[in-house]
Amino acid sequence: MITKRIIPCLDVKEGRVVKGIQFLGLRDAGDPVELAAFYDREGADELVFLDISASHEGRKTMVEVVKSVAASLAIPFTVGGGINSLEDMKRILRAGADKVSLNTAAVLRPELIAEGSRFFGAQCIVVAIDARYDEEQGTWMVYTHGGRKRTDKTAVDWAMEAVSLGAGEILLTSMDSDGEKNGFNLELTSAVSEAVSVPVIASGGAGNAEHFYEAFEEGKADAALAASIFHYKETSVTEVKSFLKSRGVNIR
Amino acid sequence: MIGIVDYGMGNLFSVSKAFERLGAEYFISSDPKRLGEAAGIILPGVGAFKDAMAQLNELELTDFLSAYAVSGKPLLGICLGMQLLFEDSEEFGLTEGLSLLPGCIRRFPGTDSEGVSYKVPHMGWNKLNYNVPSPLLEGIEESYVYFVHSFYAKTPVEVVNASASYGEEVPAVVSRNNIMGMQFHPEKSGETGMALLQNFIKITESRVSV
Repeated sequence: MITKRIIPCLDVKEGRVVKGIQFLGLRDAGDPVELAAFYDREGADELVFLDISASHEGRKTMVEVVKSVAASLAIPFTVGGGINSLEDMKRILRAGADKVSLNTAAVLRPELIAEGSRFFGAQCIVVAIDARYDEEQGTWMVYTHGGRKRTDKTAVDWAMEAVSLGAGEILLTSMDSDGEKNGFNLELTSAVSEAVSVPVIASGGAGNAEHFYEAFEEGKADAALAASIFHYKETSVTEVKSFLKSRGVNIR
Repeated sequence: MIGIVDYGMGNLFSVSKAFERLGAEYFISSDPKRLGEAAGIILPGVGAFKDAMAQLNELELTDFLSAYAVSGKPLLGICLGMQLLFEDSEEFGLTEGLSLLPGCIRRFPGTDSEGVSYKVPHMGWNKLNYNVPSPLLEGIEESYVYFVHSFYAKTPVEVVNASASYGEEVPAVVSRNNIMGMQFHPEKSGETGMALLQNFIKITESRVSV
């Protein structure tokens, strides 16, 4: 049986790992390569590196950081942020990343998903969706540009469209829950997970081990991602995994 | 010396660094003459089967790999590289493979025999269940390795050394004599993956027939 994955996310800005509270108020939480090695030792199933400022400033993600991680560790990882073309994807994947994550660029030009999927296979293409609940619409809407720009797409529709174009995985962040540590957005997560045929990573809101359990059981997520609670050692990957095992979740 | 085949499809960097960490000598090449000198060959690969075969044909590596296989020297395909060892694949239209192993590559149906649906790609850590013994698995316990694929091999059980349960028993380590394949990424599978690659190095060094 496939195991549920625990994924520490390393939001990277200028080569350093940072994590914002609802995308604002950044704090420095360390060096990406050192943190990657630390999480590998702790039993992280995968890592995600997101260059959070890339969409805004047009900065490319650090190929050198990707290379150093791939050279020193036997752990799968995804890189996102500022990936706008097939050439960008090639650079990152050839530097040793296993998957690339597309966000704003895919919303602006959905064919990018198809191009990447056709060239590298669907399993390399993750589509990251930042979603926030809209009272008027009664559903979650997609935001781009690091959460600054609202689109007219609903999260569920966009996830389905992305998969039909060739996305192999959805990285779903609830902007309402992000940084609040009150748990993942279970309604959003299960709505998307049940709508698509590919794995869904729940993101935003992890505060304790119980929240991961809920994300898998109620949220129907295949993987769950967190940053600050791991980076600031409020809990650890090891602790979360042993808790999940004790609750009967299939964990590596 | 281990030769890693460079045909423009894949994560050569991670694979080569894994051999470097294990202290094994290797080189990366797309030249059949140079690769012919290797004591063992790694055929990596990420991407689509059809594109991969087109690249191998263009670089005149298809015939080379068939000849290399006959020489009896060890050949290990990883992920897409493993799939290429089989007879054909239905990814983006039926495409002929290298036919070094019996069987074909098919997409996961997404529904198991009881009608329960599951996610495709098969992505993440899954446990190896051992079947036919192989020196590749020697000294390694049945453990978790990292998979990421939408297509899998349908092949006779006698070439399956290890499988993983995902909808059905998915071939994970396959071999017949000197032709070997791993569907998962050993270079991304932590200590277990490194131990599997170490065993391949040992096989290459001792020319043990599998």
